[in-house]
Amino acid sequence: MPLDLICPAGSLVSLKAAIDHGADAVYMGFRDNTNARAFPGLNFDEAQAAEGLRYAHDRGRKVLLALNTYPQPDTWARWTDAVDRAAKLGMDAVILADAGLMRYATRRHPQLRLHLSVQGSATSYEAVNFYREHFGIQRAVLPRVLSLPQVENVVQHTDVEIELFGFGGLCVMVEGRCLLSSYCTGESPNSAGVCSPAKAVQWTDTPAGLESRLNGVLLDRYGRHEKAGYPTLCKGRFEVGGDTYYAIEEPTSLNTLDLLPEMLKMGVAAIKIEGRQRSPAYVAQVTKVWRAAIDAVKKNADGFKPAPAWQAELNKLSEGQSHTLGAYYRPWK
Amino acid sequence: MNLSLGPLLYYWSRDDVFAFYNEAKTWSVARVYLGESVCSRRHLLRLPDWLALAEQLAAAGKEVVLSTQTLIESESDLKTLRRLVSDGRFLVEANEWGAVRLLSGAGAPFVAGSTLNIYNPETLGVLAELGARRWLPPVEMSHATLVSLLEQAPDGVETEVFAYGRLPLAYSARCFTARHYNLPKDDCQFRCLDHPDGLALATREGEPFLTLNGIQTQSAGVYTLIGELPALRDLGVASLRLSPQSRHMERVVDAFQSALAGEVGATERLVRVMPGPAVDGYWHGRAGLEHSAVRQA
Repeated sequence: MPLDLICPAGSLVSLKAAIDHGADAVYMGFRDNTNARAFPGLNFDEAQAAEGLRYAHDRGRKVLLALNTYPQPDTWARWTDAVDRAAKLGMDAVILADAGLMRYATRRHPQLRLHLSVQGSATSYEAVNFYREHFGIQRAVLPRVLSLPQVENVVQHTDVEIELFGFGGLCVMVEGRCLLSSYCTGESPNSAGVCSPAKAVQWTDTPAGLESRLNGVLLDRYGRHEKAGYPTLCKGRFEVGGDTYYAIEEPTSLNTLDLLPEMLKMGVAAIKIEGRQRSPAYVAQVTKVWRAAIDAVKKNADGFKPAPAWQAELNKLSEGQSHTLGAYYRPWK
Repeated sequence: MNLSLGPLLYYWSRDDVFAFYNEAKTWSVARVYLGESVCSRRHLLRLPDWLALAEQLAAAGKEVVLSTQTLIESESDLKTLRRLVSDGRFLVEANEWGAVRLLSGAGAPFVAGSTLNIYNPETLGVLAELGARRWLPPVEMSHATLVSLLEQAPDGVETEVFAYGRLPLAYSARCFTARHYNLPKDDCQFRCLDHPDGLALATREGEPFLTLNGIQTQSAGVYTLIGELPALRDLGVASLRLSPQSRHMERVVDAFQSALAGEVGATERLVRVMPGPAVDGYWHGRAGLEHSAVRQA
């Protein structure tokens, strides 16, 4: 079935919110650095994961487990244990980035469905097909860097289902190929499962304005009437050639509602909503809007137009209250 | 342990590129990586030009490796990649998994580049079976992690470590140099040519932080392992990668060569020609921008 809606579950409450509001599948992580949202207070222990699975399966929905950080040599067993637990729990798929871990999963649990994580940085069908041939992946999540025609080219040249990010935080870099966070703090999504970790964040009220720092590095300074956002490294204001501006990316969110008809027609298998770190209320609202939108586009792709109420609702929830089509829309680049 | 000259990460004029590699023939590097690995819009040198340079450097006794583009977006990127792989005269460095597929499919040995994200011996094992003869750890990997990884590494794969230069940290579909000039990427007017060592990005209090290089983001600090040669030798590292800069590259190579020969004063000579502050935090398992006092080589 094309255009499945895949929603974030950072907790059991969020998982239920997503399922209740129409997610076809949710994705979650275990409570450690085996996934790229290794935040304190987030994610699932084994009992909660089992309960989440039961809740989803009872309602005919699926649960995917993100094991999408890169295993470190000394703690390799943590990742293989996680794969084993996923198989035992009956996860509908595991989302992996690391080739060595994929080989382990293929050999030990040949029946376990594998998805290639966005952290695997596969941006071409040659890369996607590599993982298909060697590890039998069923689906790949593409990094948020391709334009829509480039996505279509990937879809046309592979048997692997393609999943795209539809809404939420916008990574401006190729996922899995960004070390900005570890350059600044020592911890990156690849090796620690975090980006711009909260423990490195420091807010200071100064005469010049409210300052956000990451491990001491000044990311931004806000005037009295400016709204301060979470200090993600790539969304700070910096000086380049005498200008101070958002040199990498503005604090904005990805929102691709407008592109749904094209995504449907080109055969995109699933749309992913970012945000396992978000609240259950956020997950409920976003899921509800996207469910309605996907149902509408499936009913009538040619006549599809996002309802103003959907956009208004999503804008309220967006970072910086603004949104972008990101790389799907070429001029953004 | 010998020296490698990494691929040129910046965009220079054709004359400057040819002059640079003409000089490199005489430098004490065992191998030279060639090719455009950052941006498909950079076309002052096309593949035939790189191959001609490769022949010249090989004739001068250098091992030549062709580096593939790290971010593949379009069918035309794939065409370039296929042409590069099918040439077959030179070893190729694979910088993403599509290149690995093509190289292993052709039965060609290859170098597994640092952006393949080889964080553990199992993944290195996968690549070794597919034909990797040399590999580079991710630039964020610490000495301690590399020690653990190499304890279980498969035989027959040489390790090369990024040992000098601004760190390549991130890749994007967006061009940050074009963005700086308010130009669309498709009409970037090749402004990278004006910045032979990238475009400096500082914090709002003037601290150097990053370097914008088209779609690539680098560190402002210059990663330097010249003080770590004993540890690198103990690990059995086969080669050290020195990343090109527009000025004084010969003196960078000389400093490393004399450090390898155990001569004193190499570090001081290196520091004088570095285009930014030294950093080595990654090697010590810390934030990349940190630096220990650069020790005497």
